[in-house]
Amino acid sequence: MLLKLSLWLSKMLAAARQWLKQSKNASIFILVYLGVGFLWTYLSPRALVAFLFFISSALWLYYLPLSGRFKLIVGISMMLVLIPITGVRNISYLDVIFQISVFAALASGLNIVVGFAGLLDLGYVAFYAVGAYTWAIFGSQQMYLLHSIPGTSPPTPDFFLPADAFYLFVFLAIIVAAITGILLGLPVLRLRGDYLAIVTLGFGEVIRVLANNLDKPINLTNGPQGITPIQRPTLPEPVLNVFRAIMNPIVGHNISQKEFYDLFFYLAALSVIVVVILVVRRLDDSNIGRAWIAIREDETAAIAMGIPLVRMKLAAFATGASFAGAMGVLFAASRTFVSPESFSFMQSIGVLSMVILGGLGSIPGAIVGAAVVIILNLQVLQELSLYLNQLRQSDAVIPIINFAWKNLSSQLDPAKYQRLLFGIILILMMIYRPAGLIPAERRKRELKREENDAVNDPEADTGEELGNGAA
Amino acid sequence: MALLETRNITKRFGGLQAVGKMDFTLDQGRIVSIIGPNGAGKTTFFNTLTGIYRPEEGEVLFDGHALVGLRPDQITTLGIARTFQNIRLFGAMTVLENILVGMYPRLRQTFLDILARNRKFHQEEDDAHRRAFELMTYVGLQGVENELARNLPYGQQRRIEIARALASSPKLLLLDEPTAGMNPRETDDAVRLFRRLRDELGITILLIEHSMRVVMDISERITVMDYGVKIAEGTPAEIASNPRVIEAYLGRGASELMEA
Repeated sequence: MLLKLSLWLSKMLAAARQWLKQSKNASIFILVYLGVGFLWTYLSPRALVAFLFFISSALWLYYLPLSGRFKLIVGISMMLVLIPITGVRNISYLDVIFQISVFAALASGLNIVVGFAGLLDLGYVAFYAVGAYTWAIFGSQQMYLLHSIPGTSPPTPDFFLPADAFYLFVFLAIIVAAITGILLGLPVLRLRGDYLAIVTLGFGEVIRVLANNLDKPINLTNGPQGITPIQRPTLPEPVLNVFRAIMNPIVGHNISQKEFYDLFFYLAALSVIVVVILVVRRLDDSNIGRAWIAIREDETAAIAMGIPLVRMKLAAFATGASFAGAMGVLFAASRTFVSPESFSFMQSIGVLSMVILGGLGSIPGAIVGAAVVIILNLQVLQELSLYLNQLRQSDAVIPIINFAWKNLSSQLDPAKYQRLLFGIILILMMIYRPAGLIPAERRKRELKREENDAVNDPEADTGEELGNGAA
Repeated sequence: MALLETRNITKRFGGLQAVGKMDFTLDQGRIVSIIGPNGAGKTTFFNTLTGIYRPEEGEVLFDGHALVGLRPDQITTLGIARTFQNIRLFGAMTVLENILVGMYPRLRQTFLDILARNRKFHQEEDDAHRRAFELMTYVGLQGVENELARNLPYGQQRRIEIARALASSPKLLLLDEPTAGMNPRETDDAVRLFRRLRDELGITILLIEHSMRVVMDISERITVMDYGVKIAEGTPAEIASNPRVIEAYLGRGASELMEA
């Protein structure tokens, strides 16, 4: 009976796979899938399963054999229309996707350093901190408090810079972080492997400790208390009114200022991640990207091929750091608060595990890795904790062993076992899928290269769920 | 005309003198071998030429440039390419990409060109790909361009290494035991390839080799090293009958035995 069922199942699966091979069928499938996911999420905005179903359509979109243009259109409409609508109905989704984008950019940056150039960097979050503090210091009232002890209230209610300097600071932070990357790179260039890892770990800690202690002699970072409030860019009222006119009837309530800001940061993070993907893909398929991978594969041979090691390694550090710098500014503005705690060593490890989970050197891997870790962290584990708590408060009993949920220790809280869970996941990955969820793949080439990559290159338009316009 | 000239090159590792007072001249368009027992300092000599080691004394002149003090990548850019004794390909890259990496010093694309994907970038990449395919055909590698280098058999890996070295358009090619581990047929093919490199492309070739069959067959001149110093130099016929060479290889008294 069971055997028959499984046989029937596998047959059905094979048939489905065959059916999906045709791009027409695949496009019908993805539209239906996306539609169902969207409606479900729209109708029950609190259901986690619905959200996961909805979000997973991005993966389907990535894997199904569809034309690049179709993927692009579907991806863009998902990102710009469907997700904002569901996001405003349940604002936590927007935050989840914002965080996914932030960490996807961090993972992509670290992927350049670790995945491409093979330089194990355990202090990567330092560059994120540099970006965040760049805007935190200038975008708050901190500049008025340089000579006061932490905790003093500012002399004026005015901010040091206009709020819209935010946009300028995204670019400034890219430059500052890149320079920091070079400064870190210079002394550690001679080191390899374990030694490099230890020094970068130390560097990450140095930045955090600096942030913690630079409240004297001049109060630059406000010490462990962190800096707040940090400005957000202004949202022009006319644009908001247009949005309200269109969106209010769809989402079913009047959109608040806070929701608009969440929407804004979602879109900002999305734009950064699109640029990041574009940059990484272009670098990967160029003289620089090849040089990085050559260095990772065999440093001696690479240098004998005429690759200037110092310059290429510094370029890797600087490029990787710049992504983190840009996202740091977004992070500081969206939270309106930064403190050294956000940039702990565990964060660096977290980003590294996203890269490893997704696949070292794999561009879509870094994004999927970030998505998996963030969704597990913010959604699945929290939800499980909530569910367990409900069970604890109910009179339910586990059948067979006759154990009352009530008696379950409150220490058993899935959200607290985050690190354990990731440890286990990483170990399992190393055993069963060492190349990651989406292993890095080298590009295949034909003798005659098409003028336009977009036509024949299946990878060109699949810049993940974010519908990047790579081609 | 001398393409490469070393004067008084000395390289020590601690108290050990790996290469001592090496004077060596290599004329343009020649095929020359360096031979010697294991540990004679041949590979160390190569490494001082390519900048991996910096010699304690002496100077290296290549094509009008002084090489001592330059970095390996600068030396490669000046026109010296090499292969390695134990093949050192970029295993996780495709064959095509390996050869493209070899072209690194000849490509002019900048960071901005790459990000902008401008006409210059596309043109250069297209040319590079075309040339890489030509090189693959030249060394006899067809239909493997998209294979990962580590997945190919030994003989083909040797060819990739040569194609990768050729990709930098070198004037001088240093081959470190290029036929090690090859069967007689592969060896013959390799020797034929080396001749073509010189005859058709005009590349000067300096090789370290253990197989006497190859050395005697291909070399126009031979330099013999032992304990880090040059002990003989000459045509294959001269070297074959040089008593010091026989002594170095077979031990003292061997030359008398052979004459007897």
